[in-house]
Amino acid sequence: MNQTWLTLLRRDLLLALRRRSDIATTLFFFVIVSSLFPLGIGPEPAVLSSIAPGVLWVAALLAGMISLGRLFAADFADGSLEQMLLAPQPLAWLVSAKIFAHWLVCGLPVVLLAPLIGLQYALPNDALWVLVYSLLLGTPTLSLIGAIGAALTLGVRGSGLLVALLVLPLYIPTLIFGAGAVAASQHGMSAEAHLSLLAAVSLLSLVLAPLATAAALRISVE
Amino acid sequence: MLTAQGLACVRGDRLLFKDLGFVLEAGSLLYVLGENGSGKSSLLRMLCGLLMPGQGEILWAGKSIKSHAEQYLPNLKYLGHLNGLKDDLTALENLQMGARIAGQDVTAAAALAALTAIGIARCANLPVRVLSQGQKRRVALAALWLSRSPLWILDEPFAALDVAATEVLAARISEHLAAGGMTILTSHQDVPIKAKSTVSLSLSA
Repeated sequence: MNQTWLTLLRRDLLLALRRRSDIATTLFFFVIVSSLFPLGIGPEPAVLSSIAPGVLWVAALLAGMISLGRLFAADFADGSLEQMLLAPQPLAWLVSAKIFAHWLVCGLPVVLLAPLIGLQYALPNDALWVLVYSLLLGTPTLSLIGAIGAALTLGVRGSGLLVALLVLPLYIPTLIFGAGAVAASQHGMSAEAHLSLLAAVSLLSLVLAPLATAAALRISVE
Repeated sequence: MLTAQGLACVRGDRLLFKDLGFVLEAGSLLYVLGENGSGKSSLLRMLCGLLMPGQGEILWAGKSIKSHAEQYLPNLKYLGHLNGLKDDLTALENLQMGARIAGQDVTAAAALAALTAIGIARCANLPVRVLSQGQKRRVALAALWLSRSPLWILDEPFAALDVAATEVLAARISEHLAAGGMTILTSHQDVPIKAKSTVSLSLSA
């Protein structure tokens, strides 16, 4: 059972590695979008650091979303999704491997880059760390919930926009708690409450999203 | 033993077929015949459990394939219109990973032997992206040399294959049937396959 899961994970990572432009697009998007704000708004540190949590989180959210279309679309087009559906393992379990691979490729690099970007916004050291923690806890939710949207819109024309409409409202709790955690630490308060809630949302989606995604995939393939 | 009873297929608001039934025993071949658009592929997808029948039920060893999917799926090898290959992986990687995802551990040597059997070993380390249609089809079909599943469901397996590969594949299917396997296939070509019993199922549009 684990071997199938690991094979699927390895396959998706290998494919990402052979098609590096896909990873680069996500990262470049995150870097550019979050770098445009300081350029547009001006260099006052007070203004920048007050908008930083929201801007960085929204940028991370959008960056994660533009790569969602690729999560199942290629597998659907070349028939490997059918083969995945016919594997003896539970589909939700296999789907979780694909979602994990998506997070490793699109979520984790954003988490690692975020403190560098945060420096542009004159974020203090503590807040930078909280930013990293919040993204580490929150970005898996983005991949998990995004997978449901990607599976539901599989094979639909203009699915990119549809995914955004479906998924962005569901990202709101993650955005609020994520940005809230950073803001709280900026104001000298403890970010623990926000981070706990963020982790709770993550755990909840970890349990539910693979099941919902599997159900959506079965419908889409039919 | 695969049994289908009273199957009906509705696509959109069109009824493709109804009251379709058959029994497939070990060692037999089921030929699904019909014009383009008569529902052959839909029937095969139904038999895999990818498509829910509008009516009727499909039983594997007397149990519904829907409610006992985890018992049915290890017995099944399906090859559809799509090859299920990843363009950026090599033929060998595709074959090996495909088998692993289907729950079967396959060594690189065994995968290479399968590619050799269908005559595509020299492309083993090329990314599938650069292969021709027929070569891709061969890579996908090489999985049949690795498969230990008794039931093969093949949708147009001979499409895009040249004469030599068609013969090799027909021989492999005959061998599978002789060993007590079952095969369901659609084909527009007349390919001689040796089987204990051959059933033809004609779908009229």
